Amino acid sequence: MAIAVIPALLRKFTDGKERITARGRNVRELIADLDRQFPGIAQHLLEGDDLKPSVAVSVDGEIGPGGAMEPVGDESEVHFLPAIGGGVEK
Amino acid sequence: MEATTSNGKFKVIGTRPIRHDGIDKVIGRAKYGADYAFPGMLFGKVLRSPHAHARIKSIKTDKALKLPGVKAVVTAADLPEAANRLEQAGEMAINPHYLSMNILARDKVLYDGHAIAAVAATSPHIAEEALKLIEVDYEVLEPAMTVDAAMKPGAPILLPDLRNREEGDKQTNVAQHYQFKRGDVEAGFRAADYVVEREFNTAMVHQGYIEPHNAVGIYNADGQATIYCSTQGAFDVRSLSAQVLGVPVGKIKVVPAEIGGGFGGKTTIYLEPLSVLLSKKTGHPVKLVMTRSEVLRASGPTSGSKIKVKMGATRDGKIVAAQVWMAYEAGAFPGSPVGAGAMTILAPYTIENLQIDAYDVVVNRPKTAAYRAPGASNAAMASETVIDELAEKCGIDPLDLRIQNGVKEGSPQVVGPPFRRIGFIETCEAIKNSDHYKSPLSGPYRGRGVASGFWFNAGMQSSATVNIHTDGTASVVTGSPDIGGSRASMAMITAEVLGLPVTDVRPLVADTDSIGHTDVTGGSRVTFATGMAVYEAAQDAARQLRERAAKVWEVKPEDVELHDGVLSLKEKAEGKAPMTIKEMATKLARTGGPIIGRASVNARGVGPAFATTCVDVEVDPDTGKVQILRCTIAQDVGKAIHPSYVEGQMQGGTAQGIGWGLNEEYFYDQKGILRNTGLLDYRMPTCLDLPLIETILVEVPNPGHPLGVRGVGEVSIVPPPAALANAIYRAVGVRMTETPMSPPRLLKAILKKRAAEETQSAAAD
Repeated sequence: MAIAVIPALLRKFTDGKERITARGRNVRELIADLDRQFPGIAQHLLEGDDLKPSVAVSVDGEIGPGGAMEPVGDESEVHFLPAIGGGVEK
Repeated sequence: MEATTSNGKFKVIGTRPIRHDGIDKVIGRAKYGADYAFPGMLFGKVLRSPHAHARIKSIKTDKALKLPGVKAVVTAADLPEAANRLEQAGEMAINPHYLSMNILARDKVLYDGHAIAAVAATSPHIAEEALKLIEVDYEVLEPAMTVDAAMKPGAPILLPDLRNREEGDKQTNVAQHYQFKRGDVEAGFRAADYVVEREFNTAMVHQGYIEPHNAVGIYNADGQATIYCSTQGAFDVRSLSAQVLGVPVGKIKVVPAEIGGGFGGKTTIYLEPLSVLLSKKTGHPVKLVMTRSEVLRASGPTSGSKIKVKMGATRDGKIVAAQVWMAYEAGAFPGSPVGAGAMTILAPYTIENLQIDAYDVVVNRPKTAAYRAPGASNAAMASETVIDELAEKCGIDPLDLRIQNGVKEGSPQVVGPPFRRIGFIETCEAIKNSDHYKSPLSGPYRGRGVASGFWFNAGMQSSATVNIHTDGTASVVTGSPDIGGSRASMAMITAEVLGLPVTDVRPLVADTDSIGHTDVTGGSRVTFATGMAVYEAAQDAARQLRERAAKVWEVKPEDVELHDGVLSLKEKAEGKAPMTIKEMATKLARTGGPIIGRASVNARGVGPAFATTCVDVEVDPDTGKVQILRCTIAQDVGKAIHPSYVEGQMQGGTAQGIGWGLNEEYFYDQKGILRNTGLLDYRMPTCLDLPLIETILVEVPNPGHPLGVRGVGEVSIVPPPAALANAIYRAVGVRMTETPMSPPRLLKAILKKRAAEETQSAAAD
């Protein structure tokens, strides 16, 4: 199982937990598993079937250009990071 | 200045050939954006807001349209609404909705210089006259010019619909809050023997590229448009313009002109959609060129900021805790580089307990754009002076403190993932062992300072083709506008792979219809990512050359090798003498036709950059003027493809960092009007202000690139402001916490210190 490292401001959705074990062959599946464990977190990471433009992902230390399609290994460490710059009017 | 690089196993890489585009630039033949002219071309000018914050009650264009020679006027009413979502464009994310509102104001103007309308006329002078005839009725509003003013309760609201995740449905100027946390910060501070806490303010500064923004738009009756412009990213101009104009991307072709500097500032658009819109309305090509005043008032500078840093260390120099609060001016629309600032501010150090809170704040200033390592120089000004103070309290050499706490392979980044092979410690050691650092500095009011910096560097998408010509020479085509000598580097990589002289390879930068998608020239990514595409395209061409030689010799391709531009059999055979590429090129038609090597990448394996800078200064205690006596930068450059251009990047970034640290600032009056709108008053350093900047190339190859390349373009701008502040402290004993450390500001600090000393002395008497 991979380890998902949750950004500080999203830990309120994971009972304050920073590192969570989750299953998935790619980032999208991993987020789906996170959402099963902590309902609601996916909406802060995904937009449609890809990562939100304000979110970047690092798998095993490499920023993944594949976004939600980035492959995840059994022992991968996945970090969600802010993409640089931003702002969206509600 | 001595180059410390060697080309080792390489024949071409690591040498210093003359740039292929050099002659055209030296003799003035190179074509920049403003040089383009077409039959029937009209000239455009932009009406800009005289207010920092105002509601537009009405715009009347009738009188302007009646002026002889005026062919069209456009306002925001001519633009469709663009999508309200973030898109990555280079190092900064861009929201097309705000981008469109920046290109032509809707119901409000949000900064002095905000574009309101554009005119096309038969001459620039008529267009200027027409601007005076456009009647705009404003309701002037109170501006919020700083993060303090914009964040305080009851602040004037710039964007009534802006919300953030934490404040619910409350109107706000805070667009975003980022937070990074690790360990137990309170426990960390309890374990510290020394704690330093300081508050910093840095001024908004501009990239200062010499060539103003420009665009020529040509709209054809068939709905196709072509834009000629100075840009760091032709594909970004295409996609952003398409969104602002509400047309499909495929309807626009962008031809990148030569570029007279960008430094991040030309990764977005201002005039480009206006040129197309005016061309569509008039049926003529339309050219717009900004004046210097427009560049300063209305293009994207980088953020001013307020940063609070608290850091604690044990007596033996281990940094045990750090807490940071930072707020960056985004300008009129969200999207400052504060996220990057937060991720870079403590990046050079392993700190177990940290918390960083970062805020993106809209203010009544021009929307910020990227500027060389966006957000990192402000951040380092704060953290690297606090590090210096901690070193002093611990009684440890500031470089040794950095080495002791510095990140290395496997150290966690602020955002979590561990670093791969990096060369931060090596840059500190290079400065420590440099002639500069070993040379004593003596004399009154003189001081030496050091500081370090980090930048991520970027990968992203690039395409390349390598064409083998019938005479055995080659051309390499990419979509990366050349702003720092990248044509030469692309030619050198091609020459290295094929074994050709670099003069036999012609590098070209293509338009958006002539090469595959290529992301922006920014993020120090071109030699890394486009270089990777070029390397693979050249390998593809080499593979095809081996296949053709195999056909000639009637052997298997795997029996053929290409070495130093010569094709030969791995095992010699009678009657099958080796062939040069030139000889093989004459047989291409008979063996299958032309050879085009091609490759595209979405590059992985990015290698981040670190730099450490040492500067000696002398301060005039009566005026506060700082004279730089000597300056040396050591930077981990991975493998330097063309060492001269790497050194040029290091020197250029250092010069800009010095300007940022000592003199440059946007100066607004009480009403929010920019008062220094020319380069006489916006004080960038000249050659008279700078010594020769010495460079030490630390080559720690990036394992993620086939040639060891890591980006080199940005990190050099990060350390100088802090290094200067630390040097000034040693020269005159004052800790500067504001940039620029200009004569009036420094003199005030010196006088304050002197007065405090006199008061203390009088009290002692």
